Amino acid sequence: MGVVLLLATVLLSSCSNMVVLDSKGPIGSEEAFLIKIAFILMLIVVLPVFVMVIWFSVRYRASNKKATYKPNWAHSHKIELVVWLVPIAIVAALSYLTWVKTHELDPYKPIASDVKPVRVEVISTDWNWLFIYPDYNIAVVNHLVFPANTPVNFRLTSASVMTSFFIPQLGSQIYVMAGMRTKLHLQADHEGTYLGQNIEYSGTGYATMHFDAVATSKEEFEDWVEKAKQSPDVLNMATYEKFAQPNTDYPVTTYSSVAPKLFDHVMMQFMGWMGGTDHAMKMTDDMDDTHHMNGMQDSTQMQEEHGQMIMQSDSGHVHTKTMEDK
Amino acid sequence: MFGKLTLSDIPYNDPIIMGAVVSSTFLALIIIGLITYFKKWPYLWHEWLTSVDHKRIGVMYIILALVMMLRGFADAIMMRGQQAMAAGPDPGYLTPHHYDQIFGSHGTIMIIFVAMPFVIGLMNLVIPHQIGARDVAFPVLNSVSFWLTVAGAGLIMISLGVGEFTNTGWFGIAPLFEKTYNPGVGVDYWMWAFQIAGVGSLLSGVNFLVTIVKMRAPGMTWMKMPLFTWTTLTTNVLMILSFPVITGALFLLTLDRYLGMHFFTNGMGGNMMMWNNLFWMWGHPEVYIVVLPSFGIFSEVVATFSRKKLFGYVSLVWATAAIMILSFTVWLHHFFTMGNDTNVNIFFGIATMAIAIPTGVKVYDWLFTMYRGRITFSTPMYWVLGFLTLFVIGGMTGVLMAIPPADFVVHNSLFLIAHFHNMLIPGALFGYFAGFAYWFPKVFGFRLDEKWGKRAFWGWAVGFFVAFMPLYVLGFMGMPRRMAHYDNMAWQPWLIVAAVGALIVGAGILSQLIQIYISIRDRKKNVDLTGDSWENGRTLEWMSSSPPPVYNFAVIPKVDELDEWWAMKENGTAYQRPAEYHDIHMPKNVARGPIIGGLVLAFGFAMVWYIWWLAIAAMIGIIATVIIGSSHDDEEYVIPAAEVKRIEDERFEQLAAAMEEKKNN
Repeated sequence: MGVVLLLATVLLSSCSNMVVLDSKGPIGSEEAFLIKIAFILMLIVVLPVFVMVIWFSVRYRASNKKATYKPNWAHSHKIELVVWLVPIAIVAALSYLTWVKTHELDPYKPIASDVKPVRVEVISTDWNWLFIYPDYNIAVVNHLVFPANTPVNFRLTSASVMTSFFIPQLGSQIYVMAGMRTKLHLQADHEGTYLGQNIEYSGTGYATMHFDAVATSKEEFEDWVEKAKQSPDVLNMATYEKFAQPNTDYPVTTYSSVAPKLFDHVMMQFMGWMGGTDHAMKMTDDMDDTHHMNGMQDSTQMQEEHGQMIMQSDSGHVHTKTMEDK
Repeated sequence: MFGKLTLSDIPYNDPIIMGAVVSSTFLALIIIGLITYFKKWPYLWHEWLTSVDHKRIGVMYIILALVMMLRGFADAIMMRGQQAMAAGPDPGYLTPHHYDQIFGSHGTIMIIFVAMPFVIGLMNLVIPHQIGARDVAFPVLNSVSFWLTVAGAGLIMISLGVGEFTNTGWFGIAPLFEKTYNPGVGVDYWMWAFQIAGVGSLLSGVNFLVTIVKMRAPGMTWMKMPLFTWTTLTTNVLMILSFPVITGALFLLTLDRYLGMHFFTNGMGGNMMMWNNLFWMWGHPEVYIVVLPSFGIFSEVVATFSRKKLFGYVSLVWATAAIMILSFTVWLHHFFTMGNDTNVNIFFGIATMAIAIPTGVKVYDWLFTMYRGRITFSTPMYWVLGFLTLFVIGGMTGVLMAIPPADFVVHNSLFLIAHFHNMLIPGALFGYFAGFAYWFPKVFGFRLDEKWGKRAFWGWAVGFFVAFMPLYVLGFMGMPRRMAHYDNMAWQPWLIVAAVGALIVGAGILSQLIQIYISIRDRKKNVDLTGDSWENGRTLEWMSSSPPPVYNFAVIPKVDELDEWWAMKENGTAYQRPAEYHDIHMPKNVARGPIIGGLVLAFGFAMVWYIWWLAIAAMIGIIATVIIGSSHDDEEYVIPAAEVKRIEDERFEQLAAAMEEKKNN
């Protein structure tokens, strides 16, 4: 009995750890709300089932000869109408909700905010995470730092197999795939350290692929960036190649500089067959445009933008994709 | 000579694997020894292994399913044990590589080698009977289908002791399952076992579709077909349309792995999401392939034990048809999180929710069948009530995950694991168990023990609840699936509870084994002399004796009503002796099934280990067997009218005695 009580206490107290429902960001909060409202709507259909199972089982048990017995009664327009229409109505309501919320919570959609977003490029390897901050030319392994109350714009690709990037307490996950780039927009409304992890099985080291996602104050973030810039470690192609070898629990390392266009380089590894970098980049832009259905005008603009970008990179500059996430 | 296979591929040094290998080999040797000692080989070969009788093939399918269920459950217990332990500093008792193989084999076995054979086994036992036919349309093909499934299961069992099994889960993860990331034989074992069994299932689908379309008794129009026949029909359509997709996808993977092509690789134009699309174009209909027949069983059981006509038959038929069609329009909900266009996600999300409508209708139709009935609570009815209560929870979580933004936070987490087990255990498996208990007396002539049957039910129902509700919670706590180890200590208490739940399910399984033993021991006590085992049978299968004669029906019945047998009992036309008997033609047993099965097993093993000469030889053998088999003319034998009369006379004598006894009581 004591054991049961103890266990019950432990279980109840750990309910506060339901991080998905206790979100610390706008995206996750909306998603948690959606789960709760959908759950309540569905109870309209489900609760009567529990009641009827018990009620009918007791009432119409064979030994209860007082109950009505109608062996040939098998049809009723009224009942049929109700059992078809009520679920249809609920699914219609949920469909409306789905339409609105799926557009609203599109992971590719930038978060509206007055604050300038922090951009992070995410590369997953076997079995570590690399976070590059292109605006600061720094990078960090297995540790993500970003200011709270500031949108974070992620671009993600994989140097190896498919993974899925997920910080449960902030909301949406997104697949991370080699030769492709996905996007994700998250924000933390509160400072704190949240668990981030890979949630798509990726081989032997999969279970170790978690990291701390630290939401700091604006000042702390700036301090952290300054400190990172002082780091003796640099992420050039040689250190990257070493890091990208299959290994687990790579120590948290900050890099004071990052090889130019490393993210694109990682993506291009798998796209060379398409006939050269230039063409391949256009392909990714096309993918981009399809997603947003921006129309021809924008896509022409984007390609011009990239023509520029590639020229820049030839001269050794770190690229900044200004059209990104507009 | 032996391709890649060397002695070092046998994992001698792993005590857990070797323990399993030694004990299963030992068990097999005991069984083989006993058969040899009692000189039962000729009987087994002539009466069972080469049998083309749908009833015997059905029994063999279900035995296969139950044996594989024990293996799949052992995997489940090992996973629950590992996750209950492996928190923080404790690495657990399994290495990640071993754990990863276990979740792959658990899923593959449970879907392909438990659910599929169980469902096809029940179809075999019941369908010809229910439509008033003497056998299936293609009896030899039926035997071949069965032996292909056995060959696939055999390959998985061999992988336990020779080599390894896949570490990329039951549905395969591109590009992780490519040669670059997975040079070992694990993926090949999975691929070939899956492929071989898949071909077997496809052939079964063709067989039963033709059987139902062409061989119904005169008068059984579409809307007079029992619900189990309807659900089987829709399942067969799904099998025929969806299995070629997985066969094709696995073939492309074979080209990737064996010939260095690039269908699902990173780079060179390979696309991992193409695998996901192809797999789930089969995989989602597959869910309905295993669950629809179960809905049919629930429909039969609930009407019989409520002693009442099935409520809303027409609704149920249309709901089944709607689910069949919708099941092809939802596959993308398995990867909402890949970054696709919002409107694509919305389309598939709403299509998925739409399935909840016909399913909800079904649940209410079953409930209204109970309404104003006279319900007897025998074991099959327990499974129905357990299903109704637990299944709706899974339905709710399913609709929840159909909303793309909600799915973004629970996808790939333990919430998902809880959801689909919630569909497959109460939804599919409880139905099979209900059908097993319901039709067992028809097949063997005696009912299963009720006391142990109910204990088994409680074990499964309570165990399911305790094992999987914590997984929903863990999903909300952000725990991913397939973790061999974790550092978040808050997860552990829930995982310990889940492990306890698995043990309770284990008690349920143990009760089932005891139930079978006790029922065989006390078979005289629960004997069914009338053939209408539950007294309130409604459909044609309850018309014949239990066990039925090899030809099922001495005279093919003529059908006027939806519940023909119930109507006959009401009209007083039941149990009437026909005026005369005719000769009956039945298919002869043939050895082609087990021979092809054996050769396919050799072929699969050879392909896994690159033993090319054996693969070629086995393939030639298979083709030769098919050609030689097809040129046989002498495929049938005749049961003379006099023999039929003798069997039927015996049956009516037994029936008269049973009626007499009933009157005296």
